[in-house]
Amino acid sequence: MELTSQASRPVIDVRNLTKDYRLGEIMVPALRGIDLQIFPGEMVAIMGPSGSGKSTLMNMIGCLDSPTSGEYYLDSLLVSDLKDDELAIVRNQKIGFVFQNYNLLPRIDALENVTLPIRYSDITANMRQRAEAALQSVGLGDRIHHKPNQLSGGQQQRVAIARALVNEPAILLADEPTGNLDSQSGKEVMDLLLNLNQQENTTIVLVTHDPKVAAQAKRIVQLFDGLIKTPEEAS
Amino acid sequence: MKIWQALKEAIASLSANRTRSFLTVLGIVIGVGAVIGVLSLGQGAEASIIGQIESIGTNVIYVFRGNTSEDVTNPNSLTTADADALANRTRAPHILNISPVLAGQSSVRFGDESTQTSIMGVVENYAEVTGIELSEGSFFTESNVTNRSSVVVLGPELAERLTGRQTELVGTTVHINNYPFRVVGVTKAKGGNQFSSPDMDAYIPITAMQLRVKRQSIPNAVDFLLIQAQDSQSIDDAMQEAKSILRSSHRLSSRQPDDFTMTNQQDVLSIANSITSILTIFLAGIAGISLLVGGIGIMNIMLVSVTERTREIGLRKALGARKFDIQLQFLTESAMLSVFGGLIGVGFGWLLGEIVGAIAANSGTPLVPQISLNSVLLATLFSLAVGIFFGWYPALRAANLEPVEALRYE
Repeated sequence: MELTSQASRPVIDVRNLTKDYRLGEIMVPALRGIDLQIFPGEMVAIMGPSGSGKSTLMNMIGCLDSPTSGEYYLDSLLVSDLKDDELAIVRNQKIGFVFQNYNLLPRIDALENVTLPIRYSDITANMRQRAEAALQSVGLGDRIHHKPNQLSGGQQQRVAIARALVNEPAILLADEPTGNLDSQSGKEVMDLLLNLNQQENTTIVLVTHDPKVAAQAKRIVQLFDGLIKTPEEAS
Repeated sequence: MKIWQALKEAIASLSANRTRSFLTVLGIVIGVGAVIGVLSLGQGAEASIIGQIESIGTNVIYVFRGNTSEDVTNPNSLTTADADALANRTRAPHILNISPVLAGQSSVRFGDESTQTSIMGVVENYAEVTGIELSEGSFFTESNVTNRSSVVVLGPELAERLTGRQTELVGTTVHINNYPFRVVGVTKAKGGNQFSSPDMDAYIPITAMQLRVKRQSIPNAVDFLLIQAQDSQSIDDAMQEAKSILRSSHRLSSRQPDDFTMTNQQDVLSIANSITSILTIFLAGIAGISLLVGGIGIMNIMLVSVTERTREIGLRKALGARKFDIQLQFLTESAMLSVFGGLIGVGFGWLLGEIVGAIAANSGTPLVPQISLNSVLLATLFSLAVGIFFGWYPALRAANLEPVEALRYE
């Protein structure tokens, strides 16, 4: 079993997690009891058709939303019971987000975009140096003062990855990171993520439609109707 | 997030939308400008009125016929005999000078030029009591008063209107009420206000006034008495002395109330003060309403801004912004907008005051607008308060957005 080979404790530990949405008068279950463990250094792809609860699960893992029931331990911290402002601190310290549409602030340059997570943290020392180092690590050391509209899509997504890494989070959560990119830029971004995972041992959770993207992950989690399909069911 | 970072971000965000920011603060600019303008003009008016009253002398007491606070039937007229009775150094040691005044409107003619103005029948020490100074000639003398001489001292504006000049007039003749009067002096300009202008007056001996201009049923009756106290400290003593002298000369029993009213410059000053401050507060209050309107404008734009930047708010929350951080960000923006508008408004108000002051000066009313540091501080703090008050709700709305919803917002 793979589990026995993992000496460390899971960085993501989700137990019997459910989430119901209110749709008018009726409650619609989006997640119906998810159990998922992800270990440090893993690269896991979450797949599933639209409506399968894949976005909801990503929001739960990203601490953007609270579950209806169940437990979620992130880096050994029980986050499923935390209040809004406590979740904000968890997102700031433990999670790096990469979005499909980059979500860079257009008014400010790449460097300032990368400093944003530092500004919301308690440790603001060497803000610029840290942000510069993060931009260098994604290969954009020469474009730190470019505004988002002066960068290509692939470059913008790399700025977003630098921003996600700058606070040295426990996990990198990428939601369709190549969804808006042409195949060449998409490949560059995927290479960057793979490299981070292999060289820096960064834990990456990847949400994607694309089987070719998912195939590059070490493990694929298939979601269907708010439940994880076992490998046997998937095959 | 620290305050200075919030300030930096607010500057960036507001300058990204310069036109909108400027239009948004116009309401505050106009509101603060109006308040500052009104306050500066009010303070200027107050200073000007007080200056005029003080120029007459603060140790002057006015005595009028009748009693405004108690019912007196058939009050005695004030007469020149009253004035003579008051000029009693033993009974009234604190009284320096007395000038009875008999005033009336009459025509004044010089050659073909003629005008209607107020003629003041006074005695020789009127000039001293009221602080009138002469630019040429001299005020008429005691013997002019005893002899009922037809002599006149002209105000400079009156002289200008009649003769086209203010100098070389001593020895010329003007006709008052069709009687010839010899000009003996011209007063220096004193400035006037909307109520009276001493520069348009003509001064003649009170005896000549009684004889040729204003004939009366009681021959020695006067309109009012001016009493000059020794100095401003002895005003109360002088009033007491004058009161007892007038009561005895009017033969009032101890149960009868005074049939005259006394007031002094200090009373007039405090009344003038309270009138100008009530007016100023009233006008500033009206001007303040536009500040309110400006505040609503800021709230409106901030709400639009929150909606426009929903995704940005969602992203910031995903990156770790707490409710407080978001609220601080938007409050800083609205407060900065408002204070910025307030500062422009101070300049605008200053300009407004200067313009109105210049117009007033051109029409002969000296009015120097005064902007105090207090009113500038007040306006700035008030616009800060407006910004925070009207920015509160939009900022709260931004802070309470759900990160998932906000990130998904298109």
